[in-house]
Amino acid sequence: MENETNHIIPYRTYLYVLAGLIVATLTSVAVTQISLGTLTVAIALFIAALKSSFVLRIFMHLKYENRMFSAAVIAVTMLIAVVIIITLLDYLFR
Amino acid sequence: MTAEIHRDDLASKTGMWLFLFTEMLLFGGLFVVYTVYRYRNPQAFHLAAEELSVFIGTINTIILLVSSTTIAMSITAIQKKNKKLALMLIGITILLGLAFLANKYFEWGSHIREHIYPGSPVLTLRGHGDVLFYGLYFFMTGLHALHIIIGLVFIGFIASKIMRNKIDSGNYVLLENSGLYWHLVDLIWIFLFPLFYLIT
Amino acid sequence: MNTQKEFGEPGYLDYKGRYKGLFSWIFSTDHKRIGLLYLFSILSLFAIGATLGLLMKFELIAPGKTIMGPQAYNAFFTLHGIVMIFAVVIPGLPAVFGNFLLPIMIGAKDVAFPKLNLFSWYLYVTGVVLVIISQFAGDGPPDTGWTFYAPYSFRTTGTMLPAVFGAFVLGFSSILTGLNFLVTIHRMRAPGMTWLKMPLFPWSLYATAWVQLLATPIIGITLLMVVAERTLHIGFFDPSLGGDPLLYQHLFWTYSHPAVYIMILPAMGAISEIITTFSHKTIFGYKFMVVSVLAIAFVGYFVWGHHMFTSGMSGTALYTFSLLTFLVAIPSAIKVFNWISTMHKGSIDLQTPFYWAIAFIFVFMIGGFSGLILGSLAANVHLHNTNFVVAHFHFIVFGGTGFAFFGAMHYWFPKITGKMYDKTWANIGLILFFIGFITLYGPMFYLGFKGMPRRYFDYDEVFHAGNIISTMGSWVLYSGLAIIIINLFASLKGGAKAPSDPWGGKTLEWTIPSPPPVENFTETPVVTKGPYDYKQV
Repeated sequence: MENETNHIIPYRTYLYVLAGLIVATLTSVAVTQISLGTLTVAIALFIAALKSSFVLRIFMHLKYENRMFSAAVIAVTMLIAVVIIITLLDYLFR
Repeated sequence: MTAEIHRDDLASKTGMWLFLFTEMLLFGGLFVVYTVYRYRNPQAFHLAAEELSVFIGTINTIILLVSSTTIAMSITAIQKKNKKLALMLIGITILLGLAFLANKYFEWGSHIREHIYPGSPVLTLRGHGDVLFYGLYFFMTGLHALHIIIGLVFIGFIASKIMRNKIDSGNYVLLENSGLYWHLVDLIWIFLFPLFYLIT
Repeated sequence: MNTQKEFGEPGYLDYKGRYKGLFSWIFSTDHKRIGLLYLFSILSLFAIGATLGLLMKFELIAPGKTIMGPQAYNAFFTLHGIVMIFAVVIPGLPAVFGNFLLPIMIGAKDVAFPKLNLFSWYLYVTGVVLVIISQFAGDGPPDTGWTFYAPYSFRTTGTMLPAVFGAFVLGFSSILTGLNFLVTIHRMRAPGMTWLKMPLFPWSLYATAWVQLLATPIIGITLLMVVAERTLHIGFFDPSLGGDPLLYQHLFWTYSHPAVYIMILPAMGAISEIITTFSHKTIFGYKFMVVSVLAIAFVGYFVWGHHMFTSGMSGTALYTFSLLTFLVAIPSAIKVFNWISTMHKGSIDLQTPFYWAIAFIFVFMIGGFSGLILGSLAANVHLHNTNFVVAHFHFIVFGGTGFAFFGAMHYWFPKITGKMYDKTWANIGLILFFIGFITLYGPMFYLGFKGMPRRYFDYDEVFHAGNIISTMGSWVLYSGLAIIIINLFASLKGGAKAPSDPWGGKTLEWTIPSPPPVENFTETPVVTKGPYDYKQV
């Protein structure tokens, strides 16, 4: 079956996720108002990553798609990370 | 002139995902630039970021999150053959997108009133770190806003197709693709928001 | 639109569709016609680029000004680079032979998104037009070299914006072609064609497509930043605004090094097809060939820094990039060994495409080895920005991709046109081309080693002899090229009719008539054997 009917996700799932995303947003705003030094960056980026994973898995249906899609998304994200790291090999040690 | 038309939804969705990858890399290049310049000008980035309004940023974040939710829900509505609800949800998405742009417009306007824009003499006097920060700020949020506009046009086009019954419960891959695009715009904002407004 | 066609239906060239004449080409979404659209655009631009090269070489026949001054020379090598890299070599094999043959070789009727495919060609033409506009608008043509290095690219008075934007648009065309091929290969292979039954040319296009998709956006955004910097004075790379020009180089080469693999991987794929066919023997180490093509694409993404060894990067970055550069040599060498081993004990049929393949291996090896010399840090300090580098990348880009392009042209010409070409003239053209090539670029290794810098219209008297030889080589090369092209065009009219399988090839394109019918296959082929099944022979 090529055009098989997809999994239907109930409305409330989306609303739960939305609630979670808003809570995460407010949390990251609150946390970054406290001065925690370099930890602030780490926390803010961690929360952003967490939010993205929800958007990717639920809103963008990766949870229900073929694993190939998730694998490709992870690979592309890693690629960007590696490019940043290799570029920093220059700047950190210059 | 093509070979016979043969519909393959998975192919079209795969194509959309691949396109999203190029978008990720496009912004990825900018994140490389951001990382390098932030590393080289920590103090200036810190101070400049404090000038941005966390309140407007937070509002805009929530606006985009809600709009992502509504477009995702419109797929469920289409699947359940509820055309009216689907159109309503898409309408909300478009309105929220416009609200985001309006917010952005006032935010940019307030910077420009304070003579802070790329190439302005006031900004140049403030030093290299500020020039870089605001250069990146205007370029990245500007490119993001451009994506919002493209996304709105795309979604509007989809809405007209739903009205004409070209998209229904048996054939909604285009709606899914426009949703994917919109979520990507949301995803990018999820990273832009802390990088420019929060990490101070 | 079309019903199933009977065998013996007219080929795609005679097909009468909705439009007539030129419009039946530029509005066609048939992958074969789009392939030919690319072929003609690319050949025309190649002729322009080659003529520019010929004139530059003529300028260098003697020290001092011969036919052009420094500014004209700068404009010439800039246009030569932009045209050759962005508009000829990068789209060369994928857009021409990939478009024409990829669907046929995997047993499909077309690519996944035929309209998008045509749109890519329109983008390509738009990009080329923008580059041409940059030559005639404003205060003179761009003079930065094809690399658009910052900060010069936003200080020069040359007309940069159309050229930079043109390169951006050409990049977009390349992205969309890659996207199309990826979906085609994932979704449209014929029944029974598992991944490991796919021929090597589609495999190389697959690896290339990933690079096109994931590397090109980086230069897209970089060029946009240059545009923004020139128009809005956003300080991205301008040191006077706090930017770092080296970061431009990082971003530029993050794309432009993988771009070399966009050029060379499909070339390797085409060479693999030619060598198996004319050796009448299964390719040696098929799986290694597949793995090595993917490995080159992957590792090749992370070696960009070797273009910047003398620019003042940190030591850590230097060592890392040097190491990674040496690693890419391994899969490339695997391919060379496997090609040679394929010929071993094969039943070799000495035809023109096979000669091209042999010539390819020869020049590719010289190019590859000189690449290792440049990849080692100490030697690079001496050789950087000399003619040695120019010789090296012409051996890879022109010698590698160019030879493979003409090899592929002679290999698939009967399939594409339905006509055979004159083998004698084809061979004469090849011999002149090869001799001219070696005479042109060979001395440049020596000149560069002796210290002659690149991109100069003038040089010291001590370099005179080498330059004379090199310039004379360019004349031989150019005449060889002319013979090849004229011969192929003459064969369109006078050539004998080509059978469906003139060379004894085993991949799917040889099972259908030449030229192929509009829908490629009258019935979808079912694949049961590997791609190069020569056991019965």
